[in-house]
Amino acid sequence: MTTNPRTLYQKIWDAHVVDTRDDGTCLIYIDRHIVHEVTSPQAFEGLRVAGRKVRRPDLTIAVPDHNLPTTARKDAQGNILPIADPQSATQLAALRQNAPEFGIRYIDATDREQGIVHVVGPEQGFSLPGATIVCGDSHTACHGGIGALAFGIGTTEVEHVLATQTLLLKQSKTMEVRVEGQLGAGVTPKDVILHIIGVIGTAGGTGYVMEYRGNVFEEMSIEGRLTVCNMSIEGGARAGLVAPDQRTFDYVQGRPYAPTGEDWDKAVAWWKSLATDEGASFDKSVSIRAEDIQPTVTWGTSPEDVAGIGGVVPAPEDFADASKRDAVKVSLDYMGLTPGTKLTDIEVENIFIGSCTNSRIEDIRAAAEVLKGRKKADNVKWAIVVPGSGLVKEQAEAEGLDKIITDAGLEWREPGCSACLAMNPDKVPPGERCASTSNRNFTGRQGPGSRTHLMSPAMAAAAAVTGKLTDVRELVG
Amino acid sequence: MQPINHVAGRAIPFGRKNVDTDVIIPAHWLKTITREGLGQGAFEAVKKEPGNVFTDPEFADAPILIAGDNFGCGSSREHAAWALLDMGVTCVIAPSFSDIFSGNAFKNGILTVALPQEAIDRLMEVAKTDPIDIDLETQTVTTPFQDRFTFDIDAFRKHCLENGLDEVGLTMAQGDAISAHEAKAKADLPFLVRTPATVN
Ligand code: SF4
Repeated sequence: MTTNPRTLYQKIWDAHVVDTRDDGTCLIYIDRHIVHEVTSPQAFEGLRVAGRKVRRPDLTIAVPDHNLPTTARKDAQGNILPIADPQSATQLAALRQNAPEFGIRYIDATDREQGIVHVVGPEQGFSLPGATIVCGDSHTACHGGIGALAFGIGTTEVEHVLATQTLLLKQSKTMEVRVEGQLGAGVTPKDVILHIIGVIGTAGGTGYVMEYRGNVFEEMSIEGRLTVCNMSIEGGARAGLVAPDQRTFDYVQGRPYAPTGEDWDKAVAWWKSLATDEGASFDKSVSIRAEDIQPTVTWGTSPEDVAGIGGVVPAPEDFADASKRDAVKVSLDYMGLTPGTKLTDIEVENIFIGSCTNSRIEDIRAAAEVLKGRKKADNVKWAIVVPGSGLVKEQAEAEGLDKIITDAGLEWREPGCSACLAMNPDKVPPGERCASTSNRNFTGRQGPGSRTHLMSPAMAAAAAVTGKLTDVRELVG
Repeated sequence: MQPINHVAGRAIPFGRKNVDTDVIIPAHWLKTITREGLGQGAFEAVKKEPGNVFTDPEFADAPILIAGDNFGCGSSREHAAWALLDMGVTCVIAPSFSDIFSGNAFKNGILTVALPQEAIDRLMEVAKTDPIDIDLETQTVTTPFQDRFTFDIDAFRKHCLENGLDEVGLTMAQGDAISAHEAKAKADLPFLVRTPATVN
């Protein structure tokens, strides 16, 4: 049988079509579903009201992350500490009750496997290359780093997947984002994705699924690919993908949920066949030179408001588009920044190293490398490092990274979403700045009035040490 | 889900571009376990701006919202749709919508109408003083001043909106096709439909 050349996305899509309607809408089978406490209560409520069951509890796991405080979860005697916020406590209790009631594995806040949904999935081998993966959080795109077609869904869709293990979808257009060349020293996967978003804009990928191609991604670690794919949504795309390769197989093999024996061999053979065919065409292509990417930070309230750390805060007049000029005015006002200010003159009072974008072991290592033997600057009032999961935490502690972090005067926390979003006690105070490794710098995202500068873990660590946005290359060479 | 055929009444002339879901409903309102009551938190920050359209009694209970490009971008929270419904909005008109938001809106019986910017500009003008009328059957937006704009909508979405159909029930009726897919996957790509928690 000969088939037309297909992209990675099309191949995964084709393998999951249950039914196609006349108008092109497809019923797509969902292989893995991760549920957390915030977007699931109303879905379980819906099932209960309609007397419906979960079709495949074995393809679903539940783990709390968004609302959990990242302070100690047990007291010195090992007793579980209560959650102070009554609404968070209610949502967390609902998940603890709903998951087992519907036969779903529930990972508790005090289990070592607990963590941020998008860290737990790949780490457990629950997320697999070529699989369709959904979760009620828009950064589900993250799992595309292992070559899965993964995207965020809303609560009604969570209910739909729980009940039917499928989703109704229309095929997206495909976009190729090619980065080729040699990344400079100090330029990390986070800088790559921030730079890409700066180039294509936050609406650049709307309606598309992005595939990241080129030697830069081929040579990137799986954790780096997860970071890049994580922020596809900030570039407007619902999902981002990197083709699975030997690095991916090595990463997946041996994890608790990974296939074994004969299944493993079948899996690898299929995964190898998924790469985009020679001659397959994309609806849109963007090409970026690796050499053009600097350690990058955001200065505004949109993820496309990026600049290399050597730059200055732009002026509204620098932008050709009238509506962008207005947006920049509002955003600079909110951020309390004056055009022309050198980025490295911007002082920060808060540091957040964590979130599903940058809380894996490589991220913690990168931050620790900068912090080693240094101290947090005096003007930095609050600086936390939040591992993405209990297993990342254990690994970091086994390597002594927690010690380096606390010696530098930063706090080492329990896993969770933390200051990525202002839903749990970790918040940035109004009017204060935060050097943050998370994915969104929207108005109020880290707390009402908070001012976020997105950057890599190494850059956030550098800011912790100097108390200002800093070119990390000046600290580690 | 309430069937929707016709939406007529005052429209909130908001008009802002890139309204993200954090603006529609801030994160601290997401801690509910039911779908009601979110209208109170809708556009919380905007409501504090002097002269904003959301606290203007003129637009209280307006069933239509007019916004700028890329409405509903940002987080996938479905609470944005619930918040709009709870404040009584059943139709949003904008030049473009984020994919996730328009999906969530549809699933909750909110009609999203995409129109060119010129049409939006005109409707913003009319909305200040007069009602607007949206007819799903004929896919038209009209004003008392003979304006008439037609819009596109996916046929399946239109059918579901008009009949108030619940998607979960519709899909469950396709149980056999889903089982057939699972059986095929079990033979060809077993690792996709099996985890250590799978019994058979
Ligand atoms: S860390 Fe942030 S983006 Fe990631 S899952 Fe949690 S809230 Fe969502």
